[in-house]
Amino acid sequence: MYPANCHYTEEHEWVRVEGDIGVVGITHHAQQELGDIVYVDLPKVGGTVERGKTLASVESVKAVSDVYAPVSGEVVEVNSLLAASPEKLNEDPHGDAWLVKIKLSAPSEIKQLLTAEDYQKYVGAEKSKH
Amino acid sequence: MTEKPATLQATPLNALHRRMGAKMVDFGGWDMPVQYSGILEEHHAVRKSVGLFDVSHMGEIEIQGPEAFALTDYVSTNAVAKLKIGQAQYSGLLYDHGGFVDDILVHKIAEDHYFICVNASNQEKDYEYIAAANRHNAKVEFAGGRYAQLAIQGPHGPATLQKLTATNLSAIQYYHFTDGQVSGTAARIARTGYTGEDGFEIYVAPEEAERIWDEIMNAGQEFGIKPCGLGARNTLRLEAKMALYGHEIHASITPLEADLGWIAKLDKGDFPGKAALAKQKEQGVTRKLAGFEMTGRGIARDGYEVYLDGAPAGWVTSGGPSPTLNKNIGLCYLPTDRAKPGQQIQIMIRNQPVDAITVPTPFYKRAK
Repeated sequence: MYPANCHYTEEHEWVRVEGDIGVVGITHHAQQELGDIVYVDLPKVGGTVERGKTLASVESVKAVSDVYAPVSGEVVEVNSLLAASPEKLNEDPHGDAWLVKIKLSAPSEIKQLLTAEDYQKYVGAEKSKH
Repeated sequence: MTEKPATLQATPLNALHRRMGAKMVDFGGWDMPVQYSGILEEHHAVRKSVGLFDVSHMGEIEIQGPEAFALTDYVSTNAVAKLKIGQAQYSGLLYDHGGFVDDILVHKIAEDHYFICVNASNQEKDYEYIAAANRHNAKVEFAGGRYAQLAIQGPHGPATLQKLTATNLSAIQYYHFTDGQVSGTAARIARTGYTGEDGFEIYVAPEEAERIWDEIMNAGQEFGIKPCGLGARNTLRLEAKMALYGHEIHASITPLEADLGWIAKLDKGDFPGKAALAKQKEQGVTRKLAGFEMTGRGIARDGYEVYLDGAPAGWVTSGGPSPTLNKNIGLCYLPTDRAKPGQQIQIMIRNQPVDAITVPTPFYKRAK
């Protein structure tokens, strides 16, 4: 379910490191909890983001949710696919529907994130609380 | 399958919702399904075919006895004298200052018997309010536990329910009801709803709720019936501009402000809030509910500020995507002179003003 080459947060974001770039998205669990996604508000290219601060907003029919930056750096690209087709986030959250690419300013932050296995366990534990 | 949190109230269909994998949320202290297959799919099912909702969280209050009319007419804003037996009426309970205690549906069962459907989270408050106003020696009973309530909504709603009852449903007009049977159990069958579509709301004994739910799902199978949650209920009622307590109406909002002047009959006998409404009408209502569409990119949500000419002028009471119109819509309060359709406004979305324009309401009206 959760690609092993990605790192995860407890707020349900993922990041995949490609050289000095981190590709960021939200997890399958996040899209499932949100339901039908109808709008994605992405940051401007060229802006800087800080780990743990609001990076983007994802709106489902029901509500708006913040996406937090899993890593710090400069936004070098946003996924233009999502402006016209926000529903892609429900369909392919770990693939085509990535959110932004960040040029990592503190690559060591990656070490503080969860592995796919740990994230899977975390989601399982969180689910059984409900 | 997980259990519902112990602190929440549950309807007789709670176990079924959990068994069927509905996504559950805390809705005003009730553990309720927010969605089954998805809000969009459920919404479209109701507009195009038929959907089934558990609305057993709604409360019921019964008023009976020779003084039942006097009490019901005194506590509620609409003219109960105009109600015929077998008819339902949208109405309000108000505080003396004119703000809403709740919005309600009054059903006239008999000359000496009224059945009132009220909002889930207001039911205890409403009961106490009515009981406190009972100087008429009527019998007032809190009947929330006596009924499960199911809503069968959509153009194929009548055909679905008709399979399960000998009552001729086509003889029941909008906002009328009859007591009959559904699948062999006693049911109050009302042609009412909160979706802007045709359909029925039925009241049955709680112990029959699961069986009746299954029977309705089977009966609606040929129409592609969908079980629906509160998420779709909200998008449907917003398109139809039906008020939601805590949003369009609450203790600080009067019927005149909420565009519900038609439920407050100032020419009938006294009721709590009447004097305040008469005074407000005379002095002029300063704010009014208005519908709007987003023209810029963004979705307005409940509580967002509304700006006029660069300054804060009102607030959004409900907002979100309209699946039927494929637009982002909302309701807001604005100064009365600016609340007419065609007014340019801005909605503050995450500290950015986004353009919108007021439009006529309801946003959606079904073809008759």
